[in-house]
Amino acid sequence: MERFAYQREASVEGAVSAARETAAAQFVAGATNLVDYMALGLLRPRTLVDINTLPERYARIDSNDARLRFGALVRMGEAEDHPVVRTRYPVIQQALALAASRQIRNMATLGGNVLQRTRCEYFRGSGFACNKRVPGSGCEALDGVNRAHAVLGTSENCIATYAGDLAQALIALDATVETAGAAAGARRIPFAQLHHLPGATPHIETALARGELITYIDVPAGPWTSRSRYVKVRDRDSYQFALASAAVALHVEGGVVRAARIALGGVATVPWRAHEAEAVLTGQRLDEALASRAAEAAFAGAQPRRHNAFKVPLGKRTLVRALLETQAMSVAHET
Amino acid sequence: MPADPRILSAQGFTRRTFLYRAASTAALPLSVEAAARPAAQVGAASAAASVTLRINGQAYPLSLDPRTTLLDAIRDHAGLTGTKKGCGHGQCGACTVHLDGRRVLSCLTFALMGAGHEITTIEGLRAGGAGLHPMQQAFIDQDAFQCGYCTPGQIMSAIACVREGHASSAGEIREYMSGNLCRCAAYPNILAAIEQAKDATT
Repeated sequence: MERFAYQREASVEGAVSAARETAAAQFVAGATNLVDYMALGLLRPRTLVDINTLPERYARIDSNDARLRFGALVRMGEAEDHPVVRTRYPVIQQALALAASRQIRNMATLGGNVLQRTRCEYFRGSGFACNKRVPGSGCEALDGVNRAHAVLGTSENCIATYAGDLAQALIALDATVETAGAAAGARRIPFAQLHHLPGATPHIETALARGELITYIDVPAGPWTSRSRYVKVRDRDSYQFALASAAVALHVEGGVVRAARIALGGVATVPWRAHEAEAVLTGQRLDEALASRAAEAAFAGAQPRRHNAFKVPLGKRTLVRALLETQAMSVAHET
Repeated sequence: MPADPRILSAQGFTRRTFLYRAASTAALPLSVEAAARPAAQVGAASAAASVTLRINGQAYPLSLDPRTTLLDAIRDHAGLTGTKKGCGHGQCGACTVHLDGRRVLSCLTFALMGAGHEITTIEGLRAGGAGLHPMQQAFIDQDAFQCGYCTPGQIMSAIACVREGHASSAGEIREYMSGNLCRCAAYPNILAAIEQAKDATT
């Protein structure tokens, strides 16, 4: 691990200016992904700006009938145990509870988690060509061992899978992140615009500017938020990244789907909103045949490679299961 | 096998003092090598920061390279070797300690970030009294280990699992203990130990 300077900042303004003024500065809160990737020599920040001592409001969960508001420093484990998250936003609770291990969730913050870096072995191993790690160097995953790689949102430059779970729930529910430190000051970014497709620039992963810090995550309440679910399929039953996952929220009235919110994980390069699948469901009675048609639509643009073609049928089945289980939920708070 | 390491110390050697003596002998050639390095390099590697860690209710003023993980500070600088280093990458749970009562992985955080927090290690479980913690006793009663390397992490994780309220069923215990791997696969016995101790764990 390379040397770095370490400083604590007690205010957002202080943290942001410290990060702006120092080349290769990095915010640190939970540190879980960062310490691991620094130990691997993958990330080499020169300065760590510790934001754990920011004011308490950034570590709080607030809710009212209209929305849920997370401070970016809320730990995944706290959000997972929160009664409002559990009852009113189950897809968020489940995405959190099925991620990593409880120890890691007690450390990792929500703001850091949505920025989790890919687990692509060609990105993590410094001996490989990787356009994300060294722009322009190539992508060895394209024709390498790519069983864990993405089939949606890929480019000829990168097929690394977005690794997180929470982000699927947030993009499905039309969340917004609030940030500080952009040139124009505080701003709000729709979650769907936070992550960038790899395209020709896989090394540019998010819309955040240098020194820009996520401060809050807002989730609007909707008639679909209570009837929501996260299904995650993986090689072992716990403490494992997804091979395929689906975040689903449904507003059902008289047996008819009024609105559907669907996102997919484990199969795409970014948190993946499946608008095409939503359109198939809207206004229809949901049964297995319709769910299958929605799943076909979600994966219509899939581009499998040598070892990951199985993710197309697996991803479809995961979504079908998530849709049917969400429909079957008994929901106390549905409006 | 005696459960209490102090029984061994009556014979003059615990496993730990033996390891310490072996390690200090082995360290000699390294110190010579370090002294022979150019001064700038030594300086670069030893730009130390001062930090006081509170571990098991005791203050440890330490001078550390900022790259030192909390795990390495606990083991190599505070000398509390009950906490184990397994993978060093957050994949096995052997390094689990409590930070302000919450279970965390000490290998995935820097020691400097531990300042201002109460850290509890396996050694701290008996700080309040002479006997074993009910969870430690349950691990012995249920034979919940073979090699024992993962055990301190398992026990720290298990106590927190109960306190969090995530030990209501066998399934929930399995899910919430999934961050602690046991290569000897003592899982059924670990589950039985947690079931035994959960009502006595507060």
